[in-house]
Amino acid sequence: MAEHLLEVRDLAVRFHTANGPVDAVKGISYHLSRGETLAVLGESGSGKSVSASAIMNLLDMPPAEIVSGRILLAGRDLLQTSAEERRRINGKTVAMIFQDPLAHLNPVYPVGWQIAETMTAHGRPRAEADARALELVRRVGLPEPEAALKKYPHQFSGGQRQRLMIAMALALKPDILIADEPTTALDVTVQAEILKLLKELQAETGMGMLLITHDLGVVAEVADRVVVMNRGEIVEEGFVPQVYANPKHPYTRKLLDAAPGKGAMHEPIAAGEPLLKVRGVSKLYGTFTGLHEANFDLMAGETLAIVGESGSGKSTLAKVLMRLEEPNGGTAHYKGRDLLAMSPRELSGVRREIQMVFQDPTQSLNPRMSVFDLISEGWVIHPEILPRAKWRERVAELLTEVGLSPEHMRRYPHQFSGGQRQRIAIARALALEPDLIVCDEAVSALDVSVQAQVVALLDKLRREHGIAFVFIAHDLALVRDFADHVMVMKSGRIVEIGTVRQIFTSPREPYTRALLAAGLEPLPHGATSFPPALAPAAEHQVVNHLA
Amino acid sequence: MTLADDTLAPPAEKPAALRLLAMLRRDKAACLAAAFLILVVFCAIFGPMLLGEAATKQNLRGRNAPPFSLEQGWLMVLGADQLGRSLLARIVVAAQNTMLVAAGAVFFSALIGTVLGLFAGYGGKKTGEAIARLADVIMSFPSLLLAVIVLYVFSPSVANLIVVLAITRIPVYLRTTRAEILEVRERMFVQAAKVMGASHRRIMFRHILPMVLPTLLTIATLDFAFVMLAESSLSFLGIGIQPPEITWGLMVSQGRPYLNNAWWLAFWPGLAIILTTMSLNLLSSWMRIALDPVQRWRLEGGAKKNG
Amino acid sequence: MLRFARKRMLASLVSLVGLVILVFFLVRLTGDPTDLYLPIDATDAMREQFRANNGLNDPLVTQFGRYVWDLLHLDFGDSIRRARPAIDVVLEAFVWTLQLAVITMSLVAVSATVLGSLCAFWAGRLFDRAVTFVSLIGASAPDFWIAIVAIVLFSIHLGWLPTSGTGGWQFWILPVSVLFIRPFGLIVQVVRGSMIGTLSSPYVKTARAKGVKNRPIIFVHTLRNAMLPVVTVMGDQAAALLNGAVVVETIFGFPGVGKLMIDAILQRDFNVILAAIMVTAFAIFLMNLLIDLAYLLLDPRIRA
Repeated sequence: MAEHLLEVRDLAVRFHTANGPVDAVKGISYHLSRGETLAVLGESGSGKSVSASAIMNLLDMPPAEIVSGRILLAGRDLLQTSAEERRRINGKTVAMIFQDPLAHLNPVYPVGWQIAETMTAHGRPRAEADARALELVRRVGLPEPEAALKKYPHQFSGGQRQRLMIAMALALKPDILIADEPTTALDVTVQAEILKLLKELQAETGMGMLLITHDLGVVAEVADRVVVMNRGEIVEEGFVPQVYANPKHPYTRKLLDAAPGKGAMHEPIAAGEPLLKVRGVSKLYGTFTGLHEANFDLMAGETLAIVGESGSGKSTLAKVLMRLEEPNGGTAHYKGRDLLAMSPRELSGVRREIQMVFQDPTQSLNPRMSVFDLISEGWVIHPEILPRAKWRERVAELLTEVGLSPEHMRRYPHQFSGGQRQRIAIARALALEPDLIVCDEAVSALDVSVQAQVVALLDKLRREHGIAFVFIAHDLALVRDFADHVMVMKSGRIVEIGTVRQIFTSPREPYTRALLAAGLEPLPHGATSFPPALAPAAEHQVVNHLA
Repeated sequence: MTLADDTLAPPAEKPAALRLLAMLRRDKAACLAAAFLILVVFCAIFGPMLLGEAATKQNLRGRNAPPFSLEQGWLMVLGADQLGRSLLARIVVAAQNTMLVAAGAVFFSALIGTVLGLFAGYGGKKTGEAIARLADVIMSFPSLLLAVIVLYVFSPSVANLIVVLAITRIPVYLRTTRAEILEVRERMFVQAAKVMGASHRRIMFRHILPMVLPTLLTIATLDFAFVMLAESSLSFLGIGIQPPEITWGLMVSQGRPYLNNAWWLAFWPGLAIILTTMSLNLLSSWMRIALDPVQRWRLEGGAKKNG
Repeated sequence: MLRFARKRMLASLVSLVGLVILVFFLVRLTGDPTDLYLPIDATDAMREQFRANNGLNDPLVTQFGRYVWDLLHLDFGDSIRRARPAIDVVLEAFVWTLQLAVITMSLVAVSATVLGSLCAFWAGRLFDRAVTFVSLIGASAPDFWIAIVAIVLFSIHLGWLPTSGTGGWQFWILPVSVLFIRPFGLIVQVVRGSMIGTLSSPYVKTARAKGVKNRPIIFVHTLRNAMLPVVTVMGDQAAALLNGAVVVETIFGFPGVGKLMIDAILQRDFNVILAAIMVTAFAIFLMNLLIDLAYLLLDPRIRA
């Protein structure tokens, strides 16, 4: 094979941490050619971003140490090149965009200046750089390009910021673009637009693209080839359709199996008086409508999924129902009593029956309390549930039930992984023997394979204990295997509500259809990628495939 | 399951006190600082008992004896003052008043400031604003000047000195406590406790206060140094502790007229002040890291120092 | 922003009024100036005359009312000691203090910013350790002790600089140097800490990925963001200097407002004390406005 644009050969990187050296990357090799998109797919801790940082000379050394290997850029070993020369390569030959564009743009300088800086840093005259910046901002599709150049990062939306990052990276027409989780924090509809833009720009410039992601859908959408990483090693590589259709390594198979949206859909059966009856609940933040006239019912032992993009009001609804925020109007009858009209005393009695699992278990568990203290706290507050003598035994039971082991009860939250922490949070909610659990993006921060485990656990609890769930998510596909009813929200309003089958097979509202279309299909069949915008006709095929 | 989720075996946890000691041993500067402070505290408690007599015994032959000479006995190793009293003994004895004033002022200002801060941070919005404004008012007063007026009106005793210094330092704790509580009460685990139906008292003392205490302890250590310097300045200006009581600041002031021919009279007590405040500063910046669970790893284990 | 400035002005005014009331009554507790200004053998008639002249016979509330009334006509009363308008005495002294504060703070701001930034960039290296150690001593040293040690060394033994008083540039060196040390020590640490935090921020990573050189990364990308907390600390330190560096002014015989206030308290020169408090409070208020302005310039996110 001819010389590649970029080749990583036997790269090994070690981090010297407080708990001894950690081999983040153990001798990996891959290559990238002109015009090609290579995806590096892996979950958190797989070391997928480390090689990119090594290419860009962004590793802090120490604590990082490059143990062995070569990074060949057009045949020249970057690891043997001086810092000054690597600086000249950065931005000019190899450029990079990052996950969180708000954090990665300097907050105190206008974006026009920041885009132009890519060029002035490489010796282009100011005037030329400014002219090109305007051209770039126009190309990436920002409204009012002249005005946009003078604005600051906080004045743009998330998707616009990522467009600015792309403009900044492409200023000098680099040969290689490294995109590190470029769409992870974005709404699905915005994600589709950004991926489309990247594809177009690649076609125009013929650059090679190295895409680092955890998302099977993104890989299916844009990549030609994929390398799958697990614990610092490449376990599998090949063309995307081949790997997806015929995974060879057990880890790849597990990853593909964990992708949601393949199981049988629930058929809601419950009838009778609803457990929770919400009518006309509204919440205003100043003049901004956080939530407008929400109406819905929830049956005992059922799962209601609330799906929407950021700003749709789905979390506001959860906070209002939990009385963490006071509504501006409406009623929410729980077993016939209005939650929103209760006095603090009445409320504290009902609290034990309605529990909540938060998005980020790192933040929702008090870091200074042991697992035993965390789980038993509910019994301190509601002593009528369980006599103190039985606490230890019951904590052990609960830990076993959520898939942890009883000896974990003396440990502290920071000693567990993200998925384990969320299990602790679930055990804490179960300790109060609730009838309803509200999960606010409870699995969004977790890796795909862990997500699948936690969702399975929640579904098991629903079946065995008859607990009702309100499950809030931004990802439609995720709720498909788990929900009885689905409620789609946008801008504080309920767009559509129906059974899971109705929402997925015959959505009535255009917005629901748009959400379904924008959600990336994790399993391509046949084609290397899907057309980014699906026509209504094509949409039904997808839906049929899902069903 | 062999996926990332369930494979991480949590390491065992040692008791907190032992871990802190082990961390302290690894940081040489903080270790020295702690040792010196223990020595100072020892002097403050037992100094007057052990050397009280030597500190007041006049020795006319040893007037302004220079330091580094053992002819007059080891007590004279730092020299003697204008009345021939051992400087070493006087510094050891003066540690008591110096520490007493600083410790008293820090204790009361921290106690009152924290309690007010708790109300300001956790109470209603109106109370909070009112208390915060009060802190702003105290803060905007020229504190040294007020201290001078107050001490001029009332007699400059140890107790009054403590009261004056404590009042001027209350806003430090009040503001920190309030700011921290406003931040911590919005954290998810506080919301989680609320969802479980926890009472205000439980949320306050079980969830919020333990998060705020390390910061307060760190600030109190730093403030101890500040208060010591303030007391020294007042004593130096002649409106702090009055003779025959002694503090380090007063000793510097008393040595000032003899600067020309006996520099050591003012030098040694000044050095005692510097070393103590420096130790407090060092210990405080060590504590800032050691008591923060997120940063603690920097001090643990034999890892290569990060940058 | 305008609303913010108005709110701030109101808060400052309230605390100033509180301060003036407090000090007005507090200083009158220090005793009767008559005892200080008239000879011991003065007759009762002479004493009575002195009290009447200075309005000390009326009830306290009447005295206070009269003071406020005069104040509304911009009359701060006369200094008993110097028999001149108190405000003139204070403004003369304040000019000295202001010069001292401006010179010192400019030097502190520039040197602490540059050295602190370099420390952060070379964190853990010899340069960083040396500067950190020096700044630690600086932040820990009592200024009166530094002052007298400096006098012994530079004025008495070496004879390079005058011990005290005012005059040519030589008279400024020691007071400025001594005042410099503490704020310098503190601010170097704040700059260093803030810079270390900012240097590891994501947008610095972006700048590196763009191929920006080290110097602009430190002084353009990082410093401006790192300065936000630093500006606050600088403001506090400058306020302390404007209040008059009592100790240093006393030791170096420097005729600033700090020394004036201490003297006025000891001499029971009530009008001077009150005028001095109001002048410095006004100066600090103006300086806080400048600090807010600096924030606005540094951070576009709060311009809204």
